[in-house]
Amino acid sequence: MKVLVTVKRVIDYNVKVRVKSDNSDVDLSNVKMAMNPFCEIAVEEAVRLKEAGVATEVVAVSLGAKNCQEQLRTALALGADRAIHVESDEVLESLTVAKLLKKVVEEEQPDLIVMGKQAIDTDNNQTGQMLAALTGYGQGTFASEVKVEGGKAQVTREVDGGLQTVELALPAIVTTDLRLNEPRYASLPNIMKAKKKPLDVKTPADLGVEVTSHTKVLKVTPPAERQAGIKVASVEELVDKLKNEAKVI
Amino acid sequence: MAILVIAEHDNASLKGATLNTVTAATQMGGDIHVLVAGEGCQAAADQAAKVAGVDKVLVADSAAYAHQLAENVSLLVAELGKDYSHVVAPATTSGKNFMPRVAALLDVAQVSDITRVESADTFDRPIYAGNAIATVQSLDAIKVITVRTTGFDAAAAEGGSAAVEAVGSTHDAGVSSFVGEEMAVSDRPELTAAKVVVSGGRGMGSGENFALIDAVADKLGAAVGASRAAVDAGFVPNDMQVGQTGKIVAPELYVAVGISGAIQHLAGMKDSKIIVAINKDEEAPIFQVADYGLVADLFDVLPELEKQL
Ligand SMILES: Cc1cc2nc3c(=O)[nH]c(=O)nc-3n(C[C@H](O)[C@H](O)[C@H](O)COP(=O)(O)OP(=O)(O)OC[C@H]3O[C@@H](n4cnc5c(N)ncnc54)[C@H](O)[C@@H]3O)c2cc1C
Ligand SMILES: Nc1ncnc2c1ncn2[C@@H]1O[C@H](COP(=O)(O)O)[C@@H](O)[C@H]1O
Repeated sequence: MKVLVTVKRVIDYNVKVRVKSDNSDVDLSNVKMAMNPFCEIAVEEAVRLKEAGVATEVVAVSLGAKNCQEQLRTALALGADRAIHVESDEVLESLTVAKLLKKVVEEEQPDLIVMGKQAIDTDNNQTGQMLAALTGYGQGTFASEVKVEGGKAQVTREVDGGLQTVELALPAIVTTDLRLNEPRYASLPNIMKAKKKPLDVKTPADLGVEVTSHTKVLKVTPPAERQAGIKVASVEELVDKLKNEAKVI
Repeated sequence: MAILVIAEHDNASLKGATLNTVTAATQMGGDIHVLVAGEGCQAAADQAAKVAGVDKVLVADSAAYAHQLAENVSLLVAELGKDYSHVVAPATTSGKNFMPRVAALLDVAQVSDITRVESADTFDRPIYAGNAIATVQSLDAIKVITVRTTGFDAAAAEGGSAAVEAVGSTHDAGVSSFVGEEMAVSDRPELTAAKVVVSGGRGMGSGENFALIDAVADKLGAAVGASRAAVDAGFVPNDMQVGQTGKIVAPELYVAVGISGAIQHLAGMKDSKIIVAINKDEEAPIFQVADYGLVADLFDVLPELEKQL
């Protein structure tokens, strides 16, 4: 069974971004970049499927500028067998990413596609579902458990009220939630080995997809800042403030 | 053209998130039609017909829609959506699940998690865990939108008298099926709609210790939430997680107990009206957003607080 896993290069999750003073975007110059945390979980899940003998090959895909090859190398160091970079310097909206991934899926014919549920930059939470619609595949989003057996995937999903389990015919798409697994760290020998693993580069034109815009970002502004309040000395004072000053209880 | 709002419901009743979504839709301008897709969902449809501002209710009643499977519901919504200017749903786990499929089927973008309607085609949405707000214009003929419910007041549940119409078409994509679910049962108010939320973090130390939080929540009629660390440690179930990747809450009063205040947690609660932080570390970042901070051991504070309320 072949597993395709997507990895997005995003700002490191520990970094607090700032908005540029001209309100055109956030400032990403000199900011630490990393693999989207949900994609780390996706890679880990794919690699575990291989280690368990369920998957035979893990292919990592990333779309974007040249430097997302760094994250592909990380995926290779974590255990992916080979990588595909769809290179473009343009802003790739989720729908375009899904269209490009559909072409990759047509070429690669994976049985399972594991993606992050959400990229922590745009917080879109939509690319996996869009790819599922374009391919007509079933989807197990926000997965906290995945079992693959007999040509089917059973996915337990984190939903608002608790947990839901669905069964999907393969090929299918899974998007990862935080508790699916705990990703490993890449070891130094594996980082060295990853440098020799194959990494193919394609362009949207190679895949026959036109990069289009369906949205326009008019401005990016900082959120309303909260003022730090006061420290109270006791529970009694706290209760008094909540009753008589804030009037919320 | 009219706006299609996809109702959140459990067949028997309409969920509160639908009411906030109707308010957002009203601000986009146009007649409001509400789709209730489910199985045996007439009761939810009748409730939707009473919501103030709703002009028409469409009911799609079929076994294929029983568990809101995204593969099936999206086919229905995309079919109906062709005749609307906007297709709008709450950004709940259900809306997040099927709406991007609808967008892709219609070959349009989805604008996720909007917090403000600037005009019929322009919306605000938080990005980077709420550290920036993007004002986004949709260039598509049909706008597919999910709504962050805390950004909009609830429409009145009573006062409307919309016509209810049955939709005949049934779509079963045949690629997925429902196996089962484990839903949390609680007498407390729903986390995302509660006026008061008391949340515990890793500092709680164990699931048993959440009884201390429950006792305070009982006194306040509050919902109980948690940080990711508390959920990951197995203290409480996943549906209690507040944050960038959990639930977004904006109550009148949010009490964070033994929570450090990581940006991912703040993303889910910093729009609360009043924030109280109880933490023994006076350097904890949560104090930077708290209106009232109490530097103390939570195991002393919680029993005392319960007594004084
Ligand atoms: C992609 C991604 C998404 C994430 N999404 C979320 C999310 O949605 N929600 C979320 O919450 N987190 C999320 N996180 C995790 C987040 O980064 C933090 O790790 C998490 O919020 C920390 O939880 P905590 O504050 O309970 O634990 P800690 O950071 O360990 O803080 C515990 C606090 O308890 C205090 N404490 C300990 N004992 C006591 C005591 N006896 N009395 C008083 N105070 C005490 C300590 O001083 C400390 O401040 C996400 C992380 C990633 C990478
Ligand atoms: N440019 C990209 N390259 C690789 N994967 C992507 C890209 N954009 C989105 N994805 C995948 O889709 C998931 C959801 O992203 P989003 O819908 O943007 O929140 C991410 O976690 C990735 O796994």
